[in-house]
Amino acid sequence: MAYLRTHTLPRHLLLAVLAALLLLLLTYLLPPYRNYQLATAGAYVCATAGLTVLVGLTGQLSLGHGALMATGAYAYALVSDKLVDGGTTGIPLLVVSLVAAILATMVVGFVLGLAGARLHGPYLAGLTLTLVIVVPAITTTFAGTLGGDQGLSVTVDPPPVGLGAAFPFERWQAWITLTAAILTVFVLANVVHGRPGRQMRAIRDDEVAARLSGIDVARTKVGAFVLSAATAGLGGGLLAVLTQSVAPGAFSLTFSLFLLMAVVIGGLGSLAGAVWGAILIVVLPDLADSLAEAMPVSSNLAERLDGNLAIGVFGLIVIGVMLAVPGGIQGLLVALVRRLRGRRPAASGPADVGPAGPAAPGPGVDADRPDASGPSGPEPAADPARPRTPSSGSPSTTTE
Amino acid sequence: MDRFLFLTVDGLARGAVFAAFALALVLIWRGTRIVNFAQGAMAAATTYLGYSVTAASDSYWLGLVAAVFGGLVLGAIVERGLMRFVDVRSPLNAVIVALGLVLVIHSILGIVYGSRYRAMQVPFSRESIEIGGTALLSPYDLFVFGTVLLVMVGLALVFTRTDIGLRMRAAAFAPDMSRLLGVNVGRMLTLSWALAAAVGALAAMLVVPTEFGAHPHSTDLVFVYAFTAAVVGGLDSPAGAVVGGLVVGLVLSYVSGYADGDLSAVAILVLLIGVLLLRPNGLFASTTARQV
Repeated sequence: MAYLRTHTLPRHLLLAVLAALLLLLLTYLLPPYRNYQLATAGAYVCATAGLTVLVGLTGQLSLGHGALMATGAYAYALVSDKLVDGGTTGIPLLVVSLVAAILATMVVGFVLGLAGARLHGPYLAGLTLTLVIVVPAITTTFAGTLGGDQGLSVTVDPPPVGLGAAFPFERWQAWITLTAAILTVFVLANVVHGRPGRQMRAIRDDEVAARLSGIDVARTKVGAFVLSAATAGLGGGLLAVLTQSVAPGAFSLTFSLFLLMAVVIGGLGSLAGAVWGAILIVVLPDLADSLAEAMPVSSNLAERLDGNLAIGVFGLIVIGVMLAVPGGIQGLLVALVRRLRGRRPAASGPADVGPAGPAAPGPGVDADRPDASGPSGPEPAADPARPRTPSSGSPSTTTE
Repeated sequence: MDRFLFLTVDGLARGAVFAAFALALVLIWRGTRIVNFAQGAMAAATTYLGYSVTAASDSYWLGLVAAVFGGLVLGAIVERGLMRFVDVRSPLNAVIVALGLVLVIHSILGIVYGSRYRAMQVPFSRESIEIGGTALLSPYDLFVFGTVLLVMVGLALVFTRTDIGLRMRAAAFAPDMSRLLGVNVGRMLTLSWALAAAVGALAAMLVVPTEFGAHPHSTDLVFVYAFTAAVVGGLDSPAGAVVGGLVVGLVLSYVSGYADGDLSAVAILVLLIGVLLLRPNGLFASTTARQV
């Protein structure tokens, strides 16, 4: 356990494998429709995980991740269409198209990131909001290529024959998106816990101090935006695979706001929180709709409640979270775990505090020797001190 | 040439509305350093209020007054009941809370009114009057110009000539010092929000009837255009917001007149990116020291 606590990469690998096994089991237990929902959540996780890193770690507020997902989805549709014409099928078709989706979105993210690196808070939010609003106008302007309001249809091949003829399509879709989601979270987790993550946090907390410590602020900000855009593009491509179509209506302003609200509710800056948020985007509308159906109201009102109720509940939860529990769901969970562990003497803080602890004195200094302090160097000294001041002493977690 | 003249006048008429809406954003930004991302949704709500009152009383003017008065109340409620409790240490928090409010308002409007467009009446003809053989202004355009001008002059007088305007400026400029000198800073903030929301409500009442009509999302684009206008002008400057609004109106008018209506939104995106990349603090900003 001590080895896993100090070695980030093996720990994340182990967690990724465990998550994969668990989800694999789940896809066999769930009925097709639930598998489809699981697959949708997987696609959302890609986008929300990237978004939470961008907003939570660098402090750049993007309302435009819906538009970035649209970029990925359209790129997927266009490239896969060309590939199908060229005779590519099966997994190569899927992988090449997804890579194209990622690359195309990275280009858009780079341009936005360049603007974002120079802008503060509300300016970047307004710019990205504008981007979301003009998505339908762009698709109608280039209706010849992008299909206007109707959008494009996407060819998705059936599961490989090796899996058997009766293999459910929904399970195959779940496998695709969950694989991508696990890969995304794994990569992001390593970025967040490594030097780039420390630099991002330093910039968020004090840009001038970060620059004085030798951090290239502009490069880190643009890099974070491009990384975040890449995962959003992947998520968009996966949505295209799931719905087998791409249309501007799927990437509305409300959808973009949902993504942001999801990461806020889950816990800004926390990858686990991004997963909670993605699940929420899938589950909450479902719950709200069943609630609306259960209410004894006229069919006219029921029709209006459909969809709208979920939007309102989302908004209310976000406001409540911002005012009362800024750490979100993950913050609550971490606090709960800490309280449970607080009574036991040998316990240490949550895993994320371990490797981040030595980084506290100065990101610039620490960055030059990522693991040079040795596997067990600072741990014994830091450990006993922590449980004594569980509530006020610990300065930082990922969900601050 | 006639066409150019027509498009210019048309653009200025549309721009006047965006200028008023941008002014509402600037009012709140100067007072609180918050860009009120819920301004559009709040204006959509008051527009529905105006629509309902007009429908019930069959009077456009009662609806207009109801919308503006509703804006005053809504602005005060939002500040007093919500924004005041937001932790302002991170500038993101206020934006996120405002966006949550957007979702709540959209949801309530969708549940109460449904999602179909409600056509709204205008008090004057929208047929252009011919001046010297050229179709230029409609009576409604003149009404819009007059109303916006009235609002701007009124605001300018309030802020520069009255005691309460001075207190509002003091509360925005140096809250702690004003508090020591006996200004009720909290009340001034509430007043700023109420005023801003009322101006936003008025602007929305002027522009929404000329588009498709009342709809929960009818003011989304208006907000984006007004935000662009405010950024062009520098967010901090009321005069800049007015000029920015007119610039945005002209760009929209020229692009949809000479190129394609669908392109006009894209043109605004290009304008916004251009201004932000070249002069992030707006065209009218004086150089300020970076706050460390």
